[in-house]
Amino acid sequence: MTVQPGAITLDIINMAEANGLFYPPDPGSMKSSTIGGNISENSGGLRGLKYGVTRDYVMGLEIVLANGDIIRTGGKLAKDVAGYDLTRLYVGAEGTLGIITEAILKLVPKPETKKTMLALYEDLEAAARTVSKIIANRIIPATLEFLDQPTIAAVEDYVKIGLPTEAKAVLLIEQDGSPEQVDRDILKIEEICKSEQAVSVQVAKTTEEAEALTTARRWALSAIARIKPTTILEDATVPRSEIARMVRAINEIGAKYNLQICTFGHSGDGNLHPTVPTDARNREEMERVEKAFEEIFIKAVEFGGTITGEHGVGVMKAPYLELKLGEAGIAAMKAIKAGLDPNNIMNPGKMFAKDTRKRVVVGK
Amino acid sequence: MTTVQEQQTIQTEFKNRMNEDELLNCMRCGFCLPSCPTYIESGFKESHSPRGRIALMKAVVDGLIEPDEDFEKSLNQCLGCRACEPVCPSGVNYGHLLEEARDIINQNKKHSLPVRTVRKVVFDGLFPHQNRMRTAMGLLGFYQRSGLQKVARGTGIMKLFPESLATMERVLPKVPSMKEMKNRPEFLPAEAPKTKRVAFFTGCLMDTMFLETNNATMKLLQLAGCEIVIPKGQNCCGALHGHSGEKSGSKDLARKNIQAFEDLDVDYIITNAGGCGAFLVDYDHLLKDDPVWKDRAIDFKNKIKDITQILYEVDFHKKVKLELPYQIVTYQDSCHLRNVMKTAAAPRALLQAIEGADYKEMKDADRCCGSAGIYNIVESEMSMQILDYKMEQTKATHATTVVSANPGCLLQMKLGIEREGLSDKMRAVHIVDLLQEAVK
Repeated sequence: MTVQPGAITLDIINMAEANGLFYPPDPGSMKSSTIGGNISENSGGLRGLKYGVTRDYVMGLEIVLANGDIIRTGGKLAKDVAGYDLTRLYVGAEGTLGIITEAILKLVPKPETKKTMLALYEDLEAAARTVSKIIANRIIPATLEFLDQPTIAAVEDYVKIGLPTEAKAVLLIEQDGSPEQVDRDILKIEEICKSEQAVSVQVAKTTEEAEALTTARRWALSAIARIKPTTILEDATVPRSEIARMVRAINEIGAKYNLQICTFGHSGDGNLHPTVPTDARNREEMERVEKAFEEIFIKAVEFGGTITGEHGVGVMKAPYLELKLGEAGIAAMKAIKAGLDPNNIMNPGKMFAKDTRKRVVVGK
Repeated sequence: MTTVQEQQTIQTEFKNRMNEDELLNCMRCGFCLPSCPTYIESGFKESHSPRGRIALMKAVVDGLIEPDEDFEKSLNQCLGCRACEPVCPSGVNYGHLLEEARDIINQNKKHSLPVRTVRKVVFDGLFPHQNRMRTAMGLLGFYQRSGLQKVARGTGIMKLFPESLATMERVLPKVPSMKEMKNRPEFLPAEAPKTKRVAFFTGCLMDTMFLETNNATMKLLQLAGCEIVIPKGQNCCGALHGHSGEKSGSKDLARKNIQAFEDLDVDYIITNAGGCGAFLVDYDHLLKDDPVWKDRAIDFKNKIKDITQILYEVDFHKKVKLELPYQIVTYQDSCHLRNVMKTAAAPRALLQAIEGADYKEMKDADRCCGSAGIYNIVESEMSMQILDYKMEQTKATHATTVVSANPGCLLQMKLGIEREGLSDKMRAVHIVDLLQEAVK
């Protein structure tokens, strides 16, 4: 599908599905986000584990360079190794290297069917082991979402759907594909959940039931956002095997700085969203929030992860980029930036910070 | 025009009165954008979006910008449809912010003499007094029946009015006579085994221009087994005042209504106009700082229910046979009924229960039609642009009957049909009137 950058992501998804095809990246903002933004941020989504992210569906781009030249990268070919892979360079470049004016997207066949299930745990490790075991059993679910205890409590407090607030973790699992495959996978996953002492495992029989099971995950952000006026949500990401350790580290950091941190996210790909409800007017608390997030980023990198899985660097995380890339990594990126945009006119001020590790979460 | 002096007062008032928690609660995620009709129709201008307007309000509070004409224009262009509220992850009460902001601006700026006069007549002289409403509507009825209307149209005098107003004149329903408007009983018994005891909120415009719809509403309630109390002391709900920056006027009306409906020993208070209902359920917010009335307002709001919701709940559509000659029917949501009163499934279920009615959901039925109180008169251009989109979707359903559940939407849809030259093929009706027609 060839699209212009202003097209809304959901319109693209619907258009593809109307033709029996499938555009998998489904960022949470897909109702309002444009594909140009998705490409520039290399957006992820709930289906990232099985289907990958925006990068995996961009085949070619038309780009206006800083000097006014118009170039086309990639194309509709499955094989094409002529020169540098500029398409990949521009996906996720956050607009700092040029302006994307058109894109060719890859579509795949639409999965025939989908099933949804929900598992509750009294033990965080057990939930984490379940995730690893599912993958070890050669099953890649379409969705594998996670909510921690503070998030479960916040959701229950707000939507009142009967979630046990003392549960330590919730996993929302979906599988799509042919009916036989889906049935077999869901049955196997159910077994795995039970073998890991899930306190309850529910498999939806109808679309309405499936909808109901996804309620908790869908309301997670809303429920947390309503606790206090300001909501700060990050996306530190770790290898799948480190999820339990990371969540525990986040909870410890929250306790250390006396902050309420709710964590939910895409456990299948280790992409977590530690979220802090706070108040931007409270300077003292905001400073604690910043310190806590700095520690979270350091921990994530220490566990072999990254400072941002899908939200991008922008201004807020620019001071931490070096944590992940090191000095040489930053220098290499700066060389590319200088080569393509010597006058620094493309989205200046993003990605590269003036000073490292000085961050102002909420600026005036 | 606002003077520098006025701008300063407005700025100070913003600092003092705007709810800062609510302003901060907006996290600028943009989930509201696809639901905002003016954002879409303005060609995606942030200043005409909910989060843009909230950012502007906050900037005035923070002293970063002055409340100049552009700022006012951005707020004036808002329909107040509140479609942004159900989609907001943080649950920002945008409608409350908008009402407060409009009140501050209107109370602190000197309108031009003609505008001042019109506002005085409408907000103080007319709507708060049901007897005067009847007189005004009586005059309109006289205009329609006496032949004056024909004369006026014949002379081409209507061409002097803005296009939408002139078309509006053509689509206004036939107003009942003064005598018909005055004969309102205070009690009606149930006409089926009794299910509920309800009070009926008659409304100002509904009980004059749309008297027939009110009569049909009560008939349906009786058939549904409700006995009905229609208290005399009630008056206009105050929505028109509230949405136009006349908050104190709307508070007076609210207090009178609460008093009129207290101690009636009823299960519900029924309305048949989404716009009024939404304002009535917000009385607790309107009077939140009034210690004498706060709790009484909560008791009042808890009883408010739309006619479609109660009919649905007492299984009216299953107990009473509903039948019409074959026709394609579509439904246009009343924004306030849907977004504030959260009533969207009931009207659809009732329509689908009518035998012979082939129900077709129109695309974006939940998007505003552009009526929005007096918006279609004061912001005519934007309103007509929004209406054109609505008519495109309506036509695509091939419906011959367009149903709505609020008088403002109903008039706007009639206007749309007239503008499209479809008056001989398509009609717009209040859901209550259609149900009454379908009762065998």
